[in-house]
Amino acid sequence: MENETILEVNEKDGLLIHQGVIRVPYTWAAGAVASKFYVGLRNRKIYGVRCPTCRIVLVPPKKTCHRCFGELNEWVEVSDEGTLQTFTVVHYHEPELHPLKAPFAYGIIKLDGADTGMTHLIAEADLKALKEGMRVKAVFKEKPGGNYLDIKYFKPVKGEK
Amino acid sequence: MERIAVVGVGQTKYERGKTKNFAELVYEVTRKALDDAGMEPGDIDNVVTTTNDFFDGRTIACMAVAEAAGSYGRDATNVEGDGTLSAFYGLMRTLSGVYHTTMVTTHCKVSEGSPRKIFNQAFDPIYDRLLGMDAISSSALQARAYMHRYGITEEQCAKVSVKNHGNARNNPYAHVALDITVEDVMKSPMLADPIKRLDTSPISDGACAIILATEEKAKKAAKKPVWIRGVAHCTDAYRLGERDLTHSLALETAAKKAYRMAGIADPLREIDVAEVYDAFSYMELMWYEGLGFCGQGEGGRLIDGGETQMGGKLPVNPSGGVLSAHSVQVAGLARIAEAVLQLRGEAGRRQVPGAKMALAHGVTGICAQTHCVWVLSN
Repeated sequence: MENETILEVNEKDGLLIHQGVIRVPYTWAAGAVASKFYVGLRNRKIYGVRCPTCRIVLVPPKKTCHRCFGELNEWVEVSDEGTLQTFTVVHYHEPELHPLKAPFAYGIIKLDGADTGMTHLIAEADLKALKEGMRVKAVFKEKPGGNYLDIKYFKPVKGEK
Repeated sequence: MERIAVVGVGQTKYERGKTKNFAELVYEVTRKALDDAGMEPGDIDNVVTTTNDFFDGRTIACMAVAEAAGSYGRDATNVEGDGTLSAFYGLMRTLSGVYHTTMVTTHCKVSEGSPRKIFNQAFDPIYDRLLGMDAISSSALQARAYMHRYGITEEQCAKVSVKNHGNARNNPYAHVALDITVEDVMKSPMLADPIKRLDTSPISDGACAIILATEEKAKKAAKKPVWIRGVAHCTDAYRLGERDLTHSLALETAAKKAYRMAGIADPLREIDVAEVYDAFSYMELMWYEGLGFCGQGEGGRLIDGGETQMGGKLPVNPSGGVLSAHSVQVAGLARIAEAVLQLRGEAGRRQVPGAKMALAHGVTGICAQTHCVWVLSN
């Protein structure tokens, strides 16, 4: 690959503007907790962890409770259905970032059995009819890839508009 | 706490596409702050810079820019975050007894990187980064949650934009000064509802520097010292779904601590001017509540009553705030610099007459995960 530090030089009032790109590959270990969460999604099961001290279930799971700093080892399966706590319909285009084409929606969903919200996409929905408190359900990816989009998005539960 | 003062401040004009490079911007504000304090580099014991390697497009960016802040042959350290946090760290160094004067600088050229892509990198690569969220879309989730819970209207948020863009007309450093109406804000393009174009802050480049000094050194400075009366910093949970997005516990905690240090019981009455981090219009209303200017859920009513306008009981963001100049890492330190100008009576057309007690506030993180509150007086 060529050195992309300077791909183009422009001039503005006698001052040079260099334009380039930084492309840096990374490897991220998902860790024991997220790995187990993603293995669960392969079987269309959503797992969280319960904090015995704070008596809350955190989804997605993590290693340590931010409140009491206790280790979280108690795995619980939560529902693939939940309640939409807040949402936004995105109207601008960022094709290299957005998994869906605008307009589309993001939401924070509290799954039944969980005490924390999960940020995700909302689709197969009338975007104008989205409202706080509406019931939504996870739509799983046919061929899971071991990442956050193994839940493709959440869609309104039938009967909800 | 031993008395520590801000003895020098310097800001660039904030604008998009500045042609000065990082070091040139940092040199400009460092020189301005030194001149303001009547000091020379030899009077500075140590330097705290503020950098973000993603925005700068280089690693160890702090080492590349420290020279321009006068670091050669001195102790130079760095903070990655908002400028209020660098100042907080600079304050602790000055209090340590090892240093008597600290130069704090911050710079950011938001226009040179890809702001939405860079902000997206703040999300967890293992989990939700793949959703493609950025500052606007994530803040929209918070805006809606807050507005829904307390019945805050889009018009009330728009009033913040009208007020701050209007105030910016009095600030020669501001980037976007506008004479607009609530209707103009409401009609501006919807980005991620309820956030519209005029509810957002601009992409600004700029830099800011302040000099902190012990009482002994402050008395020798050219300008009347501005004293730090109270300061505190508090952080909330990282994930949005694990926070109460409608009420910032971090801000409430930081404000209470800072007020206790400063001996403030009734902030709305006792503080004369506030500069807060309004990256989006709704945030200013939320920060009113977290800062105790009004009760929980009453931010909309406070702006309706005009209390936070110029001439009101507590003018908020006479400078135009972050809505009119958002050079990310700089924005919090600029709040402190503006508070200092107000307390010296040097704020020109944006001066709050007779200001004696000022508040400055900075944030960092997705939906302002962390808050830093400063109380200053003359």
